[in-house]
Amino acid sequence: MTTAHAEAANGTLPHEPEKATLEGRNKVLAFWLFLGGEAVLFGTLFATFLALRNQTNEGPSANELFHLPLVAAATFLLLVSSLTSVFAIQAMHRGRVTMLRNWLLVTVLLGLCFLVLEIYEFSVYIRHEEFGMTTSAFSSAFYTLVGFHGAHVAFGILWISVLIGQLMHKGLTVVTAPKIYVSAMYWHFIDVVWVFIFTVVYLLGKVG
Amino acid sequence: MDWITTVDHKKIAILYLWAGGIFFGIGGLEAILIRIQLIKPMNTFLDAQTFNELITMHGTTMIFLGVMPVIFALMNAVIPLQIGARDVAFPFLNALGFWTFLFGGILLNLSWVMGGAPDAGWTSYTPLSSTGYSPTHGVDFYTIGLQIAGLGTLIGGINFLATIITMRAPGMSFMRMPMFAWTTFITSAIILFAFPAITVGLVLLTFDRILDANFFNVAGGGNPVLWQHIFWIFGHPEVYILILPAFGVISEVIPTFSRKRLFGYSSMVFATILIAFLGFMVWAHHMFTTGLGPVANALFSVSTMLIAVPTGIKIFNWLFTMWGGQVRFTTPNLFAAGFIPTFTMGGVTGVMLASAPADFQFHDTYFVVAHFHYVIVGGLVLGLFAGLHYWWPKMFGRMLSEKLGKWTFWTFIIGFHLTFFVQHFLGLMGMQRRVFTYLPNQQFDLLNLVSTIGAMLMGVGMMIFLTNIFLTSRRPADAADDPWEDGRTLEWTIPSPPPEYNFKQTPLVRGLDAFWKEKMAGHKAMTPSEPVGSIHMPSATILPFLMSVGIFIAGLGFMFSRDEFSSSVMSFLFNNYIVTALGLLITFGSMLMRSLFDDPGWHIEPEELEGR
Ligand code: HEM
Ligand SMILES: [Cu+2]
Repeated sequence: MTTAHAEAANGTLPHEPEKATLEGRNKVLAFWLFLGGEAVLFGTLFATFLALRNQTNEGPSANELFHLPLVAAATFLLLVSSLTSVFAIQAMHRGRVTMLRNWLLVTVLLGLCFLVLEIYEFSVYIRHEEFGMTTSAFSSAFYTLVGFHGAHVAFGILWISVLIGQLMHKGLTVVTAPKIYVSAMYWHFIDVVWVFIFTVVYLLGKVG
Repeated sequence: MDWITTVDHKKIAILYLWAGGIFFGIGGLEAILIRIQLIKPMNTFLDAQTFNELITMHGTTMIFLGVMPVIFALMNAVIPLQIGARDVAFPFLNALGFWTFLFGGILLNLSWVMGGAPDAGWTSYTPLSSTGYSPTHGVDFYTIGLQIAGLGTLIGGINFLATIITMRAPGMSFMRMPMFAWTTFITSAIILFAFPAITVGLVLLTFDRILDANFFNVAGGGNPVLWQHIFWIFGHPEVYILILPAFGVISEVIPTFSRKRLFGYSSMVFATILIAFLGFMVWAHHMFTTGLGPVANALFSVSTMLIAVPTGIKIFNWLFTMWGGQVRFTTPNLFAAGFIPTFTMGGVTGVMLASAPADFQFHDTYFVVAHFHYVIVGGLVLGLFAGLHYWWPKMFGRMLSEKLGKWTFWTFIIGFHLTFFVQHFLGLMGMQRRVFTYLPNQQFDLLNLVSTIGAMLMGVGMMIFLTNIFLTSRRPADAADDPWEDGRTLEWTIPSPPPEYNFKQTPLVRGLDAFWKEKMAGHKAMTPSEPVGSIHMPSATILPFLMSVGIFIAGLGFMFSRDEFSSSVMSFLFNNYIVTALGLLITFGSMLMRSLFDDPGWHIEPEELEGR
């Protein structure tokens, strides 16, 4: 631990700066635990959705509603953003701060595009299809599940943006590195959740 | 101010104890009011609506705001000491967890003065809890208050998991960990996997009520039974969140006062894990009468009965620990000894309820009320009393009076059995639960009178306990490091109360019951595992408090966002979500501050350590 501090002071970071201090290791561990809880949270939302997905109450059904190309484009954006966050962590492990910052920026940007597409999608449903929160049990479950994910994306964008600012201000240290590492874990997690949403909500809605 | 900004686990423990104690008192008053109403048939002391509010708030308060925080108080006070750590893994989060719990609890109780308390039972079954049947804001206080408080619990759970995984003293392998640390560990794991489910449930119910969503509204395609599934998939594990720490306390107290090591330590660990696992598989035993069908009922019936096996193992291990030991009946040990038969009785009626056909008779009668009070009060509350009396000198540096302690025990346990034993028979005779009165001459009259007298006696026991605390607090703090003289674990190796850094030098653990082991080897103290060095401490901070205030404001704002106000300013602020946004701004702003300004902490230097 002390050696890690010394190295950071000399400007030579250890190979995995996120795990160089006890605080850092604790943070990574606790974040894994937190993601376990998040998995239960989304699991419950998925279960709710599956239970209610055919309860359309004479409102639009999944098959009438969904427009797969749009959703596929959003999916693509989010998947790529996961990849760019991997690049960011690789850059961090090599100690390349500028490259790290740039990949984080790209990740945030892709996340933003995803969010814009999602908002557009929702607004189409609400305006043209008269499909709102109150339409049916299906609509409530849809907006809650997908919206919860969207809120997670939005939070991730804010969070990583703050971290980019911090990185520019304080540089890469054994304090900032665990934060960046953990935010990348978070980003992968919401990506994985989206893959399930794409399958369970959209694909199953179209064909099942 | 000191208390608002503290991040020291020992002070947070005291905060939890105070807050939990006050809520427990409120819940107790509610119980007494309920019992006064039921003292005789056709009583008009309370009206039906108030009665519904009282039972709802009593159950909710007791479970979420009364006993849970006291459990957290004990965990915070003891766990870092027992595992030889200087604090929990995340002191900042520890404070945050406390403040969110407190503000959630305050929000929930504000309902009494802000237009009606929740009235749909602590389980808030839909459609009873929908706006159709419960038009006041009561249930909104329930959903949003519990949501905020639950956040604190979840944070606490993650914190204890990380603490126990990474901060144990050198030499303390998992199989050398004290039982209370083990049960805290498993309890925290249950919290982690159970609480997110109720988080979602509460969100769905909030959306149904405030945004007119249709999750549980049959007319819109929703499904009320879905609520029951979500509630109980959380609710049953919650029961084990409550009882496992009590098991842990009993497993500490009994060996200490029997001067023997815990019988069957590894089977205790194994049983704890098994109980936690099975706890997640049995939720539908609360739903036998909803019409899940015979196959589901049979499966859940059998899996429920299976839990009796590991629980039985525990009971026998405690008995075998006492067997042949040099048993001393101090107050903590009295409570522990009283725990065993009382909890066992609750377990037996549990197995009876687990039989689906029998449950069709017992369901929603006083038999159920008797069962869960035997488990929760006769199990958990006795366990908490044992733990509080046991660790009080460690927490406050003062021994509680043994004489008053024994009075507390006898009045409480006699009152308890008077109150709840007769309720089994009331239930079997057909007295329904959650009804505000009953007709005369159904043979309910006498037993209800007895039950109410018992409840008063329990109240007397609580008063004696409070007197004990009050008198003790005026005496000098002179408790020894190891005041019971037979302490077995690490917390008894340091001063009472411990200094803020706990251990001057982290101890080296050489076996189960580390301190006892050293004592048997003729040593007076632990062997240190490190030289005396400078100790890093986290700084105090107001941010956790502010974050919780923010969430509290946001919750209130959201709750009233659809109301019509007589003042146009109020309407403007609430209906445009300005209040909500303001609250969130405070919270996120505090988070941002936390993120931008790293806490370098401060150091206690060796010279200073020697000076003390
Ligand atoms: C200390 C003395 C206590 C007394 C005299 C007491 C009495 C009562 C009574 C009369 C009811 C209402 C039964 C009904 O009409 O359905 C009740 C319900 C309940 N009590 Fe207690 N109680 C006590 C302590 C506790 C404690 C410590 C807990 C939990 C930690 C607890 C948890 C509950 C719950 C969950 C309910 C069900 C509420 C509902 O139906 O929504 N009680 N209690
Ligand atoms: Cu249960």
